[in-house]
Amino acid sequence: MKKAKALGLLALLAFSLAFPLLFSNPAITTIAVFTLLFAAAGTGWNIFSGYTGYIALGHAAYFGLGAYALALLCQDEHIPGGYIPFLFVPVAGLIAAASAVPLGAIALRTRRHTFVVITIAIFFIFQLMAYNLRAITNGSAGMSLPLLPPDWNEYFLNDVFYYVTLVLTLLALTLSWWVRNSKYGLGLLAIRDDEDRALGLGVKTGSYKLVAFVISAFFVGMAGAIYAYFLGSIYPPFAFDALFDVAVALMAFLGGLGTLSGPILGALILEPAQQYLALQYGENGWYLILYGLLFLMVILFLPEGIVPTLSKKWASWKAARSTAPSREPPPDDTTTSSQKAALLAEQGKG
Amino acid sequence: MNIIIAAIITGVLTGGVYALMASGLTLIFGVMDIINIAQGALVVLGAYLSYVLEQYLHMDLFVGLLLTMPLMFLLGVAIEWAFIRKLKRDRTMLSILVTFAVALIIEGVLGQLFTTNYVQLHAWYINASFQLAGFYLPYIYVFAFILSGVLLSSLYLLLYRTKFGRSLRASMQNRTAAELIGIDVEKVSALTFGIGVALTAAGGMAFGATTSFNPGSSYDLISRLLVIIVLGGMGSLRGALIASLVMLVIEDVTAVVWSPVWSSTVFFVLLVVLLLFRPQGLFGQLEGRKQ
Amino acid sequence: MSLLEAQAVSKAYGGIRALDTCSINVEQGTIAGLIGPNGSGKTTLFNIITGYERVDAGEIRFKGKPIMNLGPDKVFSMGIGRTFQLTRIFPRLTVMENMHVAAQRQSLRGILGRWSSSQEQKHALELLDFVGITRLKDTPAANLSYGQKKLLEFAFILIAEPEVILLDEPAGGINPTVIGQITERIRTLNKRGVTFLIVEHNMEFVMGLCDTVTVLHRGAKIAEGTPQAVRANPAVLEAYLGD
Repeated sequence: MKKAKALGLLALLAFSLAFPLLFSNPAITTIAVFTLLFAAAGTGWNIFSGYTGYIALGHAAYFGLGAYALALLCQDEHIPGGYIPFLFVPVAGLIAAASAVPLGAIALRTRRHTFVVITIAIFFIFQLMAYNLRAITNGSAGMSLPLLPPDWNEYFLNDVFYYVTLVLTLLALTLSWWVRNSKYGLGLLAIRDDEDRALGLGVKTGSYKLVAFVISAFFVGMAGAIYAYFLGSIYPPFAFDALFDVAVALMAFLGGLGTLSGPILGALILEPAQQYLALQYGENGWYLILYGLLFLMVILFLPEGIVPTLSKKWASWKAARSTAPSREPPPDDTTTSSQKAALLAEQGKG
Repeated sequence: MNIIIAAIITGVLTGGVYALMASGLTLIFGVMDIINIAQGALVVLGAYLSYVLEQYLHMDLFVGLLLTMPLMFLLGVAIEWAFIRKLKRDRTMLSILVTFAVALIIEGVLGQLFTTNYVQLHAWYINASFQLAGFYLPYIYVFAFILSGVLLSSLYLLLYRTKFGRSLRASMQNRTAAELIGIDVEKVSALTFGIGVALTAAGGMAFGATTSFNPGSSYDLISRLLVIIVLGGMGSLRGALIASLVMLVIEDVTAVVWSPVWSSTVFFVLLVVLLLFRPQGLFGQLEGRKQ
Repeated sequence: MSLLEAQAVSKAYGGIRALDTCSINVEQGTIAGLIGPNGSGKTTLFNIITGYERVDAGEIRFKGKPIMNLGPDKVFSMGIGRTFQLTRIFPRLTVMENMHVAAQRQSLRGILGRWSSSQEQKHALELLDFVGITRLKDTPAANLSYGQKKLLEFAFILIAEPEVILLDEPAGGINPTVIGQITERIRTLNKRGVTFLIVEHNMEFVMGLCDTVTVLHRGAKIAEGTPQAVRANPAVLEAYLGD
C-alpha cells in the first residue's frame, strides 16, 4: 500500500514538472500559475487555520503586503526585470511574516468569533492604508513592478512563473507535512479540539498559535509578491481583495480543512473553475451568483471536504472487507492488565 | 467648535441607524451562535427594495417599509430554514462561510438586476434640512433616527414583555436548557433570524436614503457592522446600540477634525485597540470552557 | 504533611455563592474524597484549585505555597493533574496522539520531531497498558466508549507524573467492571506515593477507597473524617436528604 502511494506521488510530481512542456498554450499555463499560487497560499493558510481551527479571514492583508513589499523593494533598489526580482520574493514574504507577529499577537488574544472579525478588521485597515498612504503606495493609481525582459516571449515567461510557483507550492507542502508530523503540529491539533484542555496539559498555546500564524503569513505574502510580479502592476483592490480570503477558505474547505492535500485539491478544482466563470460571465452578476451557489453546495453537502470524506469511505470499505467471520470472543484486556498491575504493585515499583 | 458639535449630532443620528442594523446582527448571534455575514448584503437588498417601490410604485419610503419589512422577514426565515438549519457541526465557523455565500449570491442578483451604477433613494425630506439651535439638521437623518428609536423600542418590548421574547432570551442564554424546558428552539431561531433580517429592511431604507449605494456597498457595511457588534460585545443589544453611537460619533468627528480620508481607518483601528485591552468588547463575555 | 489545602475560599457567580469560606485539607499520600449534594461547590473548588477559575477570597496552597489564580498551565506544571466530569480528551486525535499531547517537553528538539524520545513513547505505551487500552492506541479518541475515554484521560494525566491527581466523578456513568479497574489503578498509584482528591457521588466507591472524606454543603465544609465517621454524621444525612 505504501509503495503504491509513493509511486503515485512520484508520478504526480513528474507530471507537474512536465506540465508546461505538455501544455504550452499560454492561456493554460496562466491558469496553472494562478492555481499554484492559490495552492501555495491555501496550504500556508491551512497550516494556521486548518490545524488550529481558528478561521482567519483577513490573510488577504498579508497577500497584499507581500505584493506591495516586492513592488516597493524593486522600485527603491531599481531592480531590473528578469530573474532577480524572484530573489526578493522571500524578502517580501519575510516582511509580511514580520508584520504578522504584532498583528497576530493582537488578534490571538481573542477567540473564535471575535478572532474572525478582528482579522477582517485588520484586512480593511490595510486596504484603506493602501488607498490612503499615497506617498508610499501611490494610492489607487497603483504601483508597477519591473518590466519583464523583452526577449522573454509569452511562452517562456509563463514557464518561468509556473516553475517558481511550483517550487513555492512544494515548499509550503513540505513545511505543512513536517508540521503535521511533529509534536508542534499535534499541539496545534489539540488546540483545535480543546484549547483550554491543551493549555491545562502544558501546551504553550499562545506561542504555538502565533508561530503558525506567522508561518502562514510568510507563504501567503510570497504568493502575493509573485502575483504582483506576474501581473506587472498592483492596485489596492487587487492586492487587498476580500474575495481572496473567501477563495482560499472555500478551497481549503472543499478539499478538506486541516488535511495536507485538501487545499491543493481545492485549488485544483476551484481556481480553473473561477477563471472560466470570470471569463464567461464577467465581473458582476452571474459570476458571483454561481460562485456563491458553489460555495453553499460545498458546505452543505461536503462539510468535511473531499479528502476526509473519501478517506472515511475508504476506511469503512476496508473495515467491511476485513471483518473476519470467526466467533472467538474478543481478548479480555482487563484481566491481563489488572494482573500486571498487581504484579507491579507487588514488585514495589516506584 | 460648532463643526464638532454638528459632527457629533450627525454621528448620533447616523449611529441610530447603524444600531438598527447591528441589533439584528447581534440578536442573531446571541440566539443562534452564528455570525450573519449576509447582513450587509441584506441591508443593500432592503435599500434596493425601497428603491423599486419608490421608483415604480411611487410609494413613500416609510410607507414602503410596511411591505419590505414583512417581505424581508419571510426571506430571513427562508434563509435560516434552507441553509443555516442544515449545519450541525462547527456551526459558528460554517455559518460564516454559508452566510458569506448567501451575501455573494444576493450581490450577484442585485448586480444583474440593477447594474453597478450608484443609485440613491428620493423623497422630499432627503437633501432638505431644518434649523434647530443654530445647527442644520437634515430631515432624513432625524426621521431615520426616530424610525430606529421606534423599532428598537418595539424590539425591547418584544424581548422583555412577551412570551416569545422570554423564549428568545432563554435561548440566548442557554440553548440546551431552553430546549429542556420545552422551548422550540428551532422555531425561535427561525423567527429570530427573520426579525434580524426584517430590521435590515428598515436599516436599508435609512441607509439608502442617506448614502448612494450599489451592490458592492455591502462589503463596507458588513465590515462596519461586525466591528460594531464585536466592540459592543457579541450578543449584547445594549452593546450594539452604544457601540454604534460611539463609533459613528468618533468617525464623524475624526472626519472634520483630521480628514475624511482617515475616518474609516480610525474606525477599525479603534476596534483593534479596544480588543487589546478588553477582548470581549464592552458588554460581552470572555470565551473559554471551564466545564 | 499537608500537601494541598484550601483556606477560607469564597467564590460567587452573580448572586449565587458557589463557595463560602470553604476550607479543606489533603494530606500527602492519602486518597481523599470530596462529597456533597449537587450544587455544593465541589466542581467549583476543583476549577479553582486547578487554575480554571479565579478566587474571590481565600487561598489555595500547594506544599505551603499559594497557587490560586495562576492559570491551568502553571498549576499542571507544578504537579497537579485533573480529570473532568465530562471527559475532556482530544476527539480527533488517536489515543496515542492524545498521550503525545500530554507529554509536552520543553526542548526545541522535542517539539520539532515526532516523539521527543523513544523513552517517552515507551512510557506512554506503559501507561496505556496500565489502564488497559493499548489495543485502541490508533483509534480516534472520539470512537472510544465513555468508559474508555475516562481511562484515556486518566492515562494522559499520569504521563506528566503528577504528585496529586484530582478526579472529578471518575465513577460516573460507567459500568462496575471499569469502576473496579479504576479503583485498582488508584490504589496502585497511591502505593507509589500519588495523592488523590476525588469528587464522587457513588458512595460505595468513596467509602471503599478513600482514607478521609470531606463533605461540602452549599459551598462550605460541614464534615470531615473517616468514611465511617462521615457516614454516621447526622448533619451529612440532613444535607443530602433535607433540601
